[in-house]
Amino acid sequence: MSETSVWVIFIAAIFTNNILLTNFLGMCSFIACSGQIKTSLGLGTAVIFVMIMTTIINYAVYYGVLMPLGLVHLQFIVFIAVIAAFVQLVEMIVERFSPKLYFALGIFLPLITVNCAILGASLFMIIRQYSFLQSVGFGLGAGIGWAVAIVLLAGLRQKMRYSHVPQCFQGVAIAMIVTGVLAMAFMGFAGMVSIQ
Amino acid sequence: MGFMIYLYSILSFSGLVVLLAAGLMIAERFLINYGICRLDINAGEKPLDVDGGQTLLSSLYANEIFIPSACGGKGSCGHCKLTVTSGGGPVLPTETPYLTRKEVRSGVRLACQVKIREDIFVRIPADFLNVKMFSATVESSQVLTHDIKEVRFALDGDQEISQRPGQYVQVQAPSPDGPVFRAYSISSAAYEPKSVELVVRLVPGGIGSTYLHNVQEGDPVTFTGPYGEFYLNEDPSTEIVCVGGGCGMAPMKNIIYTLYDKWPERTCWLFFGCRTTEDIFYLERFKELQTKHPNFHVVYALSDELKPGEKWDGETGFIHLAVDKYLEEGVTRQAFLCGPPLMIEAVTRVLEEKGLHPDDIFYDDFG
Repeated sequence: MSETSVWVIFIAAIFTNNILLTNFLGMCSFIACSGQIKTSLGLGTAVIFVMIMTTIINYAVYYGVLMPLGLVHLQFIVFIAVIAAFVQLVEMIVERFSPKLYFALGIFLPLITVNCAILGASLFMIIRQYSFLQSVGFGLGAGIGWAVAIVLLAGLRQKMRYSHVPQCFQGVAIAMIVTGVLAMAFMGFAGMVSIQ
Repeated sequence: MGFMIYLYSILSFSGLVVLLAAGLMIAERFLINYGICRLDINAGEKPLDVDGGQTLLSSLYANEIFIPSACGGKGSCGHCKLTVTSGGGPVLPTETPYLTRKEVRSGVRLACQVKIREDIFVRIPADFLNVKMFSATVESSQVLTHDIKEVRFALDGDQEISQRPGQYVQVQAPSPDGPVFRAYSISSAAYEPKSVELVVRLVPGGIGSTYLHNVQEGDPVTFTGPYGEFYLNEDPSTEIVCVGGGCGMAPMKNIIYTLYDKWPERTCWLFFGCRTTEDIFYLERFKELQTKHPNFHVVYALSDELKPGEKWDGETGFIHLAVDKYLEEGVTRQAFLCGPPLMIEAVTRVLEEKGLHPDDIFYDDFG
């Protein structure tokens, strides 16, 4: 078991070990949906929610089912199946009970099914041997970290729309470069807290 | 005992997946159940009761109202535009690429993206309400040029189609992702209600054209129609100008035959642009028609240079040059153009110079 406190894990997941900017997970939707702050905020919120829920469920599945049965080698495929089913279920629930939330978040949910950051968070939780509370803190922190990163990029891209980007850098190219700069900026947080 | 681990793995994973799938199915049964919703068309003209939870497009199809849709409801063609006056929810990000700002303001939506969750009120153009689904049998399939075929369908049973020249049908073609609909102009004249004829050019890799080029005599086909908002000018003193290029012949043939059936003395011009002598078709039958109706003028033009040994006594160069050469200014005309976008653009410019009002120029462009 890791000894780090939940609070440290939470803060580290947002800043020093940002799942997007240090591990580069979840890049596809990060690049695709960062055109506008409004959209990216919606997607970011959905990721936070799904990430915290799936870490909890996958924690239960891993330590409750896979471990006792000696089937830990199945973790990848099982986690993916659980995430996909959970996202489907959430989409249905949101669509049914809160049309407003559905139009704000629901349309992003199918995108999240295949977001590798979600699977990554579940796998890190296992590799780093977090306890249940630590997992919850990590899931929440990783989700918030991802959302912060995408909203930051969306803000920058909105500004960039009015700047003279050389033609060969326009679009995804400049977004990748800005992401790199953003990742370097986040390195400034290194040393504040640290988790493995 | 080594293999037991595989058995365990497969069994437990299958078990988990079955469990998850069952959970989702149960959830779907209770959650995606909106009960019966009222679907009101044109303010009470045709109220329908439909199952909620489906898309507007599929509900309309289930009630035999055929809105044009080429992609089969994937939100990638933008053809299924309707006005939703209330009950459609906000415009989705999947629709915005296909809607202009003006359309969004007036409530235009893509029917395939709007899900029915409550009572919904829509406006559908009267033409779409007349659209029916037809089953037919291939009567003949004839090669016109190296890549163009004329396919003729005979409607099954006592079905009859009432079409106007310039309208089109959507033929159902099989594809790996299930049936899709592709639009083709009707080339048979409007006075033949028992048959539908199409002129199809083979597009490499095209789903619809490959299917239609391969159907054999006696094969069953399904299509919906007629669609299209073109109305032939009913005033016999108005000249009709048809300009086609490539395979844009189908609507012209329909217009010309329907026209001379009704007004044998009316003036009509047909300009048709081809590249080489190999692309020429229907010229003989139009020349024959010309001898019967002296006011019918047919002009074919070849845009490529003649090969050695070929003979051609018609026009050469792009078709808009021929239009410019033959038409004099200041005559009341209505024009129908069909062909590639560049041709449409060039011909429109020439016709406007000749004094045609933009409202009297109709076109079908296939880019």
